[in-house]
Amino acid sequence: MKLELRQVTKKFGDFLANDAIDLVVEPGQIHALLGENGAGKSTLMNVLYGLYGADGGEILLDGTPVRFSGPGDAMAAGIGMVHQHFMLVPVFTVAENVVLGHEPTGPFGMIKVDEARKIVKEISDKFGFDVDPDALVGDLPVGVQQRVEIIKALSRSAEILILDEPTAVLTPQETDELMDIMRQLKLSGTSIVFITHKLREVQEVADTIIVIRHGKVVGNALPTASQSELASLMVGRNVDLGVKDRADIDGEVVLEVVNLDLADEEGRILLENLCFTVSSGEILAIAGVQGNGQTELAEVLIGLRKPTAGSIVLHRHDEEGNRRSDDLAGKSVKKFLAAGIGFVPEDRGKDGIVHSFSIAENLVLDQISSPPFSSAGALNIRAIASNASDRVEEFDVRAGSSNAAVGTLSGGNQQKVVVARELSRDLSVLVASQPTRGVDIGSIEFIHSRIIQQRNKGTAVVIVSTELNEVTSLADRIAVMYDGHFVGIVPPDTERHVLGLMMAGVGYEDALAQAGHSPNPSEKAQGGDDV
Amino acid sequence: MSLMNTQPDLDHELEHEVLRPRSWKMPVALTIFTLVALAGFCLTVDSGVESKVAIVTGNSLIGTINLVLPSFSALLVFTVAMAALAGISWWATATRTVKIGGVRIGSWVGILFGTFFVSAFLLWAVAGRGVALQFTSLLSGALFLSIPLIFGAMAGTVCERVGVINVSIEGQLLAGAFLAAVLGAITQNPWIGLLAAPIAGALIGLLLALFAVRYWVDHIIVGVVLNVLVGGLTSYLFSTVLTRNPDVFAMSVKLPIWKIPILSEIPVLGPVLFAQSVLVYIMYLAVIILQIMLFKSKWGLRLRSCGEHPRAADTVGIKVNRTRVVNTILGGAIAGLGGAYFTLANGLAFGKHMSGGRGYIALAAMILGGWKPKGALVAALLFGFADNLQNSLGVVGVEVPSQFMLMAPYLVTIFAVAGLVGRVHPPAMEGKPYKG
Repeated sequence: MKLELRQVTKKFGDFLANDAIDLVVEPGQIHALLGENGAGKSTLMNVLYGLYGADGGEILLDGTPVRFSGPGDAMAAGIGMVHQHFMLVPVFTVAENVVLGHEPTGPFGMIKVDEARKIVKEISDKFGFDVDPDALVGDLPVGVQQRVEIIKALSRSAEILILDEPTAVLTPQETDELMDIMRQLKLSGTSIVFITHKLREVQEVADTIIVIRHGKVVGNALPTASQSELASLMVGRNVDLGVKDRADIDGEVVLEVVNLDLADEEGRILLENLCFTVSSGEILAIAGVQGNGQTELAEVLIGLRKPTAGSIVLHRHDEEGNRRSDDLAGKSVKKFLAAGIGFVPEDRGKDGIVHSFSIAENLVLDQISSPPFSSAGALNIRAIASNASDRVEEFDVRAGSSNAAVGTLSGGNQQKVVVARELSRDLSVLVASQPTRGVDIGSIEFIHSRIIQQRNKGTAVVIVSTELNEVTSLADRIAVMYDGHFVGIVPPDTERHVLGLMMAGVGYEDALAQAGHSPNPSEKAQGGDDV
Repeated sequence: MSLMNTQPDLDHELEHEVLRPRSWKMPVALTIFTLVALAGFCLTVDSGVESKVAIVTGNSLIGTINLVLPSFSALLVFTVAMAALAGISWWATATRTVKIGGVRIGSWVGILFGTFFVSAFLLWAVAGRGVALQFTSLLSGALFLSIPLIFGAMAGTVCERVGVINVSIEGQLLAGAFLAAVLGAITQNPWIGLLAAPIAGALIGLLLALFAVRYWVDHIIVGVVLNVLVGGLTSYLFSTVLTRNPDVFAMSVKLPIWKIPILSEIPVLGPVLFAQSVLVYIMYLAVIILQIMLFKSKWGLRLRSCGEHPRAADTVGIKVNRTRVVNTILGGAIAGLGGAYFTLANGLAFGKHMSGGRGYIALAAMILGGWKPKGALVAALLFGFADNLQNSLGVVGVEVPSQFMLMAPYLVTIFAVAGLVGRVHPPAMEGKPYKG
């Protein structure tokens, strides 16, 4: 089936998310839709899938114009979509998720469970997915959940499969497996639209590449194009993908975490026996696939969660210059803050800012109860305002006025407000979780340089990131996390696929051995060039 | 293709064990209750007195069994058993043992303990009384009293599973009671009243769905407003129309009581379960059908998907808001049917605010039952039992202040919902409007 989009336009208020986009998907091919976060890729696909109505343009299937008023129509026409955030009900079984919406039923509308299982089994066996139809989806690893999504689409006999940022939550190894699946699907005649911002993947699997920037198609490319060519098409200028200068690690240990355990109320183990130190003037990056305990670790390091066992020792110099050590485990967040720990939360919208408060107010949230910003319970508006104008300038926050509500800013500028607030105190430790998630490339560079600057001032920095690029370009040491524990702490120049194996739980030595003896075939094919 | 070897064996788990956090609430609570039983029951009965309990077997040959127990000894047995259970709870918490033989210790210790405590309380209350405690009528009365709670909890389960919080169960019960009574009286036919009850509830459900789903008003606020609205409206109609024309509107009709042949002969349980008002049998059917349909049918799967992950439902072509509206109305109808209890099943004319807060208790039963029909059934029966204790004890002549007994179901609710029993998870997206 041939799919054509002609002049598709979608607006959100005044914001033009898709501007007259043309796209042709030939049968049995893999089309990569490449673009930065916020370029409009997902919007375009949601229009195609019938989730958003288009404001202009038309969609043609095999030359016939079609109009989808909902995903049901798109599916009936043979279009399936695997969403970035899985559309799976965690408390349902695999089979229930797959048949939801087109259930095989017997008398009284009772679901024929055997038939549902058979649907899953057939597709699973055909592509070697190894998915248990009776498993609860919420218990499955993300890689398997993604296969469930693909089964879901195929069970509706999709001929065109849209994969929206499918690799964002996968380990490099799972990503390679997904690439294999995509090639297999292609062989069986399915066309694939593959949305991503990762250059390596595009080159590996795509037949044609369409690059989108600011809602417009800015170019077509072949997979043979170099990474820097693709990157500059995507971003609009030449981008420095290089590694930042590293610090010499000779500072004193500032943060010392010993035998840290965390379990939740139901006894699930979230963190297990973590031991590490971070020294003054060093960045320890914690790598891993989303959901392996990094979020919880960051929350423990700022006191939001109380560890079940272990200690978090902070070594500092007091006013007389004597070195003192405090165990902060079990203390309140206030104590952590007072001890000089700064925190950039993973989800700024939820934990980092108050949307309806102004920039100026958000910049002093953590210091509002003490002078100079308040005295005797009254706010000192003038001090807050002058602090705001200083910070806004220093951190290049782009906003009409510092009295504007933070919620009206772009993601990058919101994140700068968070970073500005945290860095405006005297920090001995900075914990930054996903510091550049959902942020434009300009802001990424800026935030990275501020983090490096902070490190060079002698702060011990802990970065939690699921982006390997970010990890390798910032870290002085990399701790790889899997299933709540550290697989290993390794040097920053560790090879990408070694890190990938470690992110899947393989120990450092084994990962080195595996990587050495059986290099990733796709990497070999490209001569092993990598970011 | 090898897609399987992404999870290598992990041998590190042998080296280090992460300890789960402990909660001492359960053993402490059990110990306190054991001490209460010891000091309040065992040590306050006079020596030599007896507790009499009458059990109707339902079998014509055996008739009624009259148990006569020496109070002190019987109480001591129960108290020792409670102490033993408290001991098990201390041990299990200290050693972090969760299950014995695949069964959660927390649940069976709790259930046994509760049974023993209530039994001890009953034996203590009737100690030295001339009249025997009518055990059978205590249970059958409890079942009867739990009818509105069970229907209400079923309504709540259906609505919350689809993603709409239904606080207006109270109003739906009251509306059902009102319309059932009025139409039943006009036609002098309880069956027509029975048909009218769900219609009244469904109308309230429609209002809830309209504001909650269509206009995204906070579900709890709409629910409370609807309760006040129904309360006011029915009271107004009662004062103006009903009381002025008592011959037309206030004549009471009553649903018949059916004694099911054979089944009602089952020893002990027969008279409790199968010699009841017609509404009880409808209630059995409702619980069984909902339990099966919610978890095994297409309707149930789609309904639950709208409450758990509406966007996922939307992406496979399920009309989320339509599903929510339809099933909220259905939930209202179920609660409305339960409202028939107050008038038709009791054979009473309508009275102002006669639902008396049972809709809220039904919500608690739904939560305690883990948003499952069978769980809600058990919880509602528990509340019904607490409710009926005062009637049964009143017959024996126990001087427990009636206000205190009236508090019992609410106390049970608070303890139960506060999580002494274990944590349950509501549907993930309940109360959240789906904006497409």
